[in-house]
Amino acid sequence: MSKELIRLQDLCMAYDDELVLDHLNLCIHDKEFLTLLGPSGCGKTTTLRMIGGFATPTSGDVLFDGVRINDVPPHQRQINTVFQKYALFPHLNVYENIAFGLRMQRRPDPKDPTGKRKVKIPEEEIHDRVMEMLGVISLKGFEHRKPDALSGGQQQRVAIARALINRPKVLLLDEPLGALDLKLRKDMQIELKRIQQQVGITFIYVTHDQEEALTMSDTIVVMDKGTVQQIGTPEDIYNEPKNAFVADFIGESNIIDGVMVRDNLVKMYGKEFPCLDGGFTENEPVDVVIRPEDIDIVPVEQGQLVGTVTNVTFKGLQYDIIVDFKGFKWLIQTTDHSPGGAKIGIKIDPDGIHIMKKSAYSGMFGDYSSFSEEYDELDDASIELDEEESGDEE
Amino acid sequence: MALVFLFLYAPIFVLIVFSFNAGTSSSVWKGFSLEWYGKLLSNRLIIQSLSTTLLVSFLATVIATIAGTFAAIGFFAMRRRVREPLMTVNNIPMMNADIVTGVSMCLFFVAFFNGWGAFASWFNTLGLFQLPTRLTMGFGTLLIAHVTFNIPYVILSVGPKLRQMDKNLVDAAQDLGCTWMQAFWKVIIPEIKPGIVSGALTAFTMSIDDFIISYFTAGSSASTLAMTIYGMTKKRVSPQINAISTLLFVTVLTLLAIVNIREARQEKAALRRRT
Repeated sequence: MSKELIRLQDLCMAYDDELVLDHLNLCIHDKEFLTLLGPSGCGKTTTLRMIGGFATPTSGDVLFDGVRINDVPPHQRQINTVFQKYALFPHLNVYENIAFGLRMQRRPDPKDPTGKRKVKIPEEEIHDRVMEMLGVISLKGFEHRKPDALSGGQQQRVAIARALINRPKVLLLDEPLGALDLKLRKDMQIELKRIQQQVGITFIYVTHDQEEALTMSDTIVVMDKGTVQQIGTPEDIYNEPKNAFVADFIGESNIIDGVMVRDNLVKMYGKEFPCLDGGFTENEPVDVVIRPEDIDIVPVEQGQLVGTVTNVTFKGLQYDIIVDFKGFKWLIQTTDHSPGGAKIGIKIDPDGIHIMKKSAYSGMFGDYSSFSEEYDELDDASIELDEEESGDEE
Repeated sequence: MALVFLFLYAPIFVLIVFSFNAGTSSSVWKGFSLEWYGKLLSNRLIIQSLSTTLLVSFLATVIATIAGTFAAIGFFAMRRRVREPLMTVNNIPMMNADIVTGVSMCLFFVAFFNGWGAFASWFNTLGLFQLPTRLTMGFGTLLIAHVTFNIPYVILSVGPKLRQMDKNLVDAAQDLGCTWMQAFWKVIIPEIKPGIVSGALTAFTMSIDDFIISYFTAGSSASTLAMTIYGMTKKRVSPQINAISTLLFVTVLTLLAIVNIREARQEKAALRRRT
């Protein structure tokens, strides 16, 4: 990774005595695709607004290239933003929307030797750069349309072009794909990654969608309750979650109480399982994460554990089955069908087991007892909640 | 239903028809003529009060539109708990009987002038420069009154446009290099312009056809068209009244039609944008 570009130091933000950000520390590198990921109200949008200059921290510093920019207004920062629901100017057409940033710019007059006189950017240059941007977002021929005559995906791309035209060092994206349907969202994820590589600048992306974060990011910052839970590459975050919150938020996970017998050996349900983790004290209570796809179903007599299937859902690629192990329900993803009510054995390879230290989140996640409702409501609920969040933070 | 409309519109219809009557009678039809319209043009009193009306309406509209727009933006920036009661206070003058508004303003001006007289007399004894001690109601007070009763209409018309606006637009403009003031001119104003124009048209209409409040605040030196018509009815009913009333009716009707058509169009556009 290249040099450091933005540093957030001990950032705190309080709205009416409610602490939204709690001593946040974060370092963002040049040309990095960094995602702030977390549920509604975790402080991710607030963090983004502080980097953009739309909110001033209650305490702590925002450093850009080593310079403190807490009090620099948005229009003087080399940072541009793609807003939630795009915020295109409805009275201007696509061309003028994209050209807006250039029309606002003043630069030293090349004919003036003192360099004091400022002039507008000449119309030919504006035209060339707008056309170039239209090429980047593949919307040539749409320059005379008004925003309300464009589809959601097209508006989205215009918003990106409008933000990129000033050649910022950093582009902030606040849940830009939230309003698009699933298919379009997937296309835009690839499109965004391509644009980021093409223009070669830092993207800071805010989302509550873990899949989006895993697909696009170089670095993911998982946040909850105004603090950073974990920073790492998508692989790190998925394979080595730091606590029960991260494990539950990223992908599906079964989180079971266990005791670390010694290095590479963990005990749960009274049985010992070999694993690959170490560095814990002897007999330390831990959280054990087992991903649903890392569990093998075997005949009862060969199983490390034996449980009863309580629910089976066909998902196309695999079956999601809920298995009851002594009252604690696990989610297992398997390509083999097991009928409801059947007794099955399971086997877990040592690399399928991940051990986490106990945290404030222990015991809150990882049980699939309330499986059916949770599954159905998950997607809609997160979207609704998010709209509330944006309302609250104004 | 037919009866209701008969009672509502028959008098206006009769008035319009007889404004084209050739004779002086307002009950017997003597043939078509534009005589009374012609006489209007040579009636100095009418022309003078017409120009007063147009001037006061125009000035009041401009001032009320500017003040009302800024007030609406102020309201918009407030928290809901503060804004709602203030909006109610804003709406009361529109419901309030004109006669109450008129009389209260009249009394207020008289009280203020008395106070001013005392202050000016004292100030003049200081010998710095001389202030007029006696102020009277006239064009100035008329204008203040019109501005006052126009502002709520502008606020009411601009407010919804602000609420419909995407709140991120201002942030976006600032993000792209605007100061707050530039964002205001380049983004907020174009967005709420339809509301401002509707508000201004409503205010102008209200000013043109106001009689009661003007009657109490204009004093004896200024007279609006409505007041002149009222004055003329006290003497001898001349068909000139029919003619000028017809003109006033048509003007106000046209303005109202413009306001309504604009609103209908905007609603349609807003609906289209949402889908």
